[in-house]
Amino acid sequence: MSDVLTVPRSRRNIELVLLVLALAVAVGANYLAGIGREEPFNDYFWSTALTLGLMSLFIHVILRFRAKYADPVILPLVIALNGVGLAMIHRLDLSAAAASPDFTPVAPQQVLWTAVAIGAAAVTLILLRDHRILRRFTYISLIVSAILLLLPLTPLGLEINGARIWISVGFGTFQPGEIAKITLAIFFAGYLSTNRDLILLAGKKIGPLQFPRFRDLAPMAAAWLVSIGVLIFQRDLGSSILFFGLFMVMIYVATSRVSWVLIGLAMIGVGVFVALELFSHVALRFDSWINAFTPEVYDRAPGGSRQVVQGLFGLANGGLIGTGFGEGRPDLVTYANSDMIIAALGEELGLIGVVAIVMMYVILVSRGIRAALGTKDGFGKLLACGLSFTIALQCFVVIGGITRLIPLTGLTTPFMSAGGSSLLANWLIVALLLLISETARRPAPTGPMKDSFPEVLGVNGKPVKKRPEKEATR
Amino acid sequence: MNQAIRSAWVVAVGMFALVLGALTYVQFFQAQELNDNDWNSRQLYQDFGRQRGAILVDGRAVAESVPSDDEFNYQRVYTEPELYAHLTGYYSLSLGSTQLERDESEILSGTSSSLFYDRVVRLFSGVDSQGASVELTIDPEIQQLASDLIPDGQRGSIVVVEPSTGNILAMVSKPTFDPNLLSGHDTAVIAENAARLSEQPGLSIYTNPATESLVSPGSVFKLIDAAAALESGKYDAQSEIPNPPALEFPGIEYSLPNFVNGGCASRTTADLEFALEQSCNTPFAQIALDLGEDAIQEQAAKFGFGEELTIPTRVIASSFPSDLTETELAQSAVGQFDTRVTPLQMAMVASAIANDGQLMKPQLVKSIRAADLELIESPQPEVLRQSVSEATAAQLTDWMVNVVENGTATAAQVPGVEVAGKTGTAEFSETGDNAWFTGFAPADDPQVAISIVMENVDIPTGQQLTSPSAKRLIEAVLNR
Repeated sequence: MSDVLTVPRSRRNIELVLLVLALAVAVGANYLAGIGREEPFNDYFWSTALTLGLMSLFIHVILRFRAKYADPVILPLVIALNGVGLAMIHRLDLSAAAASPDFTPVAPQQVLWTAVAIGAAAVTLILLRDHRILRRFTYISLIVSAILLLLPLTPLGLEINGARIWISVGFGTFQPGEIAKITLAIFFAGYLSTNRDLILLAGKKIGPLQFPRFRDLAPMAAAWLVSIGVLIFQRDLGSSILFFGLFMVMIYVATSRVSWVLIGLAMIGVGVFVALELFSHVALRFDSWINAFTPEVYDRAPGGSRQVVQGLFGLANGGLIGTGFGEGRPDLVTYANSDMIIAALGEELGLIGVVAIVMMYVILVSRGIRAALGTKDGFGKLLACGLSFTIALQCFVVIGGITRLIPLTGLTTPFMSAGGSSLLANWLIVALLLLISETARRPAPTGPMKDSFPEVLGVNGKPVKKRPEKEATR
Repeated sequence: MNQAIRSAWVVAVGMFALVLGALTYVQFFQAQELNDNDWNSRQLYQDFGRQRGAILVDGRAVAESVPSDDEFNYQRVYTEPELYAHLTGYYSLSLGSTQLERDESEILSGTSSSLFYDRVVRLFSGVDSQGASVELTIDPEIQQLASDLIPDGQRGSIVVVEPSTGNILAMVSKPTFDPNLLSGHDTAVIAENAARLSEQPGLSIYTNPATESLVSPGSVFKLIDAAAALESGKYDAQSEIPNPPALEFPGIEYSLPNFVNGGCASRTTADLEFALEQSCNTPFAQIALDLGEDAIQEQAAKFGFGEELTIPTRVIASSFPSDLTETELAQSAVGQFDTRVTPLQMAMVASAIANDGQLMKPQLVKSIRAADLELIESPQPEVLRQSVSEATAAQLTDWMVNVVENGTATAAQVPGVEVAGKTGTAEFSETGDNAWFTGFAPADDPQVAISIVMENVDIPTGQQLTSPSAKRLIEAVLNR
């Protein structure tokens, strides 16, 4: 199957057709969000439509020139998700404005962030050209990650709702942890692709489990400690789960050792236990997950279950087919436009709508994984797989929290939630996935590569076309 | 490495599958439970924000939702509030809803499963969801007349039923109230209005007195004794029953008298015709003692005692007491002691006798129409049971005609029409009595059965407000 898909064809025209469809969804959603509540084609509508339309076409044109074999599905998917998210944020603005006239709308700022994020993705595509260049910055990425994660603990940082993960920048707040997600992924990918063999072979075998030498894992452990440690000090459970997941999936992909995943899960178990014992906010989250429907827990503030229960009411109200844009009451849920946006979408678009959204994420993640499978260099494989898996894990943590499958943690829904840093980070991830998919799908290079490491340095060492042989060795 | 990447993908897809399962569980399987949760204010906002269907009488809305410019979008308005208050009830933000607003809520709000098709059509045609309308069996002119026949300040109820179908043509109680006072969107105002209304003597905003208040029936209960007597086979038109001025009970002080000023004293024995005509207590007390508590109870049950109904509003069960001593049985048999009926129950008794002994289920709803007036449902007449044999019904009819022609209900006579009726006076307190009339007309082809009760009146006023009112109602129905 993969051989069929990797036939070198540009597919940019397919992307254009899909993009038109995605824009129809995105712009249509923005139209429906305002219908009956405001002038149908007002300035906000046009600025949203033009931003999404022009910026996505801009990316499309860049891809035509710079990465013409890139995956044609990723961009349309992300545009649709971004557009539907904007529509819901705008729709919630209208409710909030109706309730209190001096409310400052969130959506225009989010449109601005969308333009900035897509612009940043465009710049990444133009400047980077090939993701393998990033491998040069393996250790720089680690340092940058550490700085980004430590920033909120400096005087620049802001504490909002008990979590200290924001910094104040000139025009607003920024969550450096979102960008750290990418730099950490780059570090993990670079380090693991270089040291993979060493980690795998130079270890001690104790019982059935093979342990690597400590010094081979030291930078990994340091990265893990930095991310988890800092995040626990910043009291952001969601992000720490995310970093941990990223760390585990990349170790697993690099080593193919299930035993290490088990060790990782045990570490999570210990982490959860310690967090429960040490941090009251974690214990409260657990309590309001298990006992969400007991009155004391429901009314407790802070740390009560009101938010998750109201979110469930919203989802239930939407039922199978939803109330329709503007017909439900997602505004009754706190943080409906950021952490709880899936509850808002579930209410107004129904199970059918929210399943469609989840399926878009499934396809997006699968496309990212496809790029990981197809690209020939180990660094690219690890990076694409890690970033894609992060998106999946983030969706799981968010939607699982909202549906009370797992405890609710404050995380954004990629591309949809209000919040600039998250949007920017996710669009940068899109740029990276597009670049990696380009190398995965591009016909074999005919000349020497100029701007990146020669292929021989790739850890994988073997061209992808020999994959069947590799499978035979497993 | 690719194998591990594939595994990672499987895990990712597995996580998405879990999330999809959780969404399906919450939005589909758990949805009803969550929607019904007490903490869920959505239902309230949603219900009040939706254009609720109208309650119609003869095509005119007596309760309807009109657009409002507050956060709820619609305001419930009652156009003839006091005339229909006990039927429509109210639809209140803070007090909940009552009567048809409560019992037909699924229809009115459009959430009933019978409206599913309608909802689907609306979904695809993009029209706003709208509730269905409920059209009542009430005749607005009879309803208005019945209301006029109860003076303001008098507590009483009038129920007018079509015997052959059970359709309720009028159902009025006073004192009444304005449900608009309780249906605004300002909960403080609602609370204030509710407090003020609750101070009004004799008024309960929560109940419809015609179906949810129990009163002593007095002598109208004798119809049930007479029915039990005939059905037992032990009595017929020729049976002569001792008619002493008072019934003595051995060993105790109490005696049950006939009405002092009545015509009973003219005979020492009475047949059933005479006993009904003059409403003599002692013969019926003796019949009850002879037949026993169970026989009376059984006959009462056949007329609908002891049974709650939904018409679709709630009708509470009328009751004949049990485990009685002889004195208590004698008293109960003449509608005193713990015998309690709803005004509607006595209309059902009259209507069963009128309809050859067959009791039809009372109906308040004629049809249910979707917002585009398409007919969705129209309840068909429903037989509850055969209360008495056809022969018994015919015999009772003759005797009731005689009551109107020669007895206590002469004021109910309508020129050219044979009216069948029975009066009653239940003595129950210092402050006054309950005056009753129940009957039907025309006797040979009954079009209308009536139950009138005026509570807490002196006897002359009670007589003024019952039989003559029956006459005017019968005329009004027959001249429709």
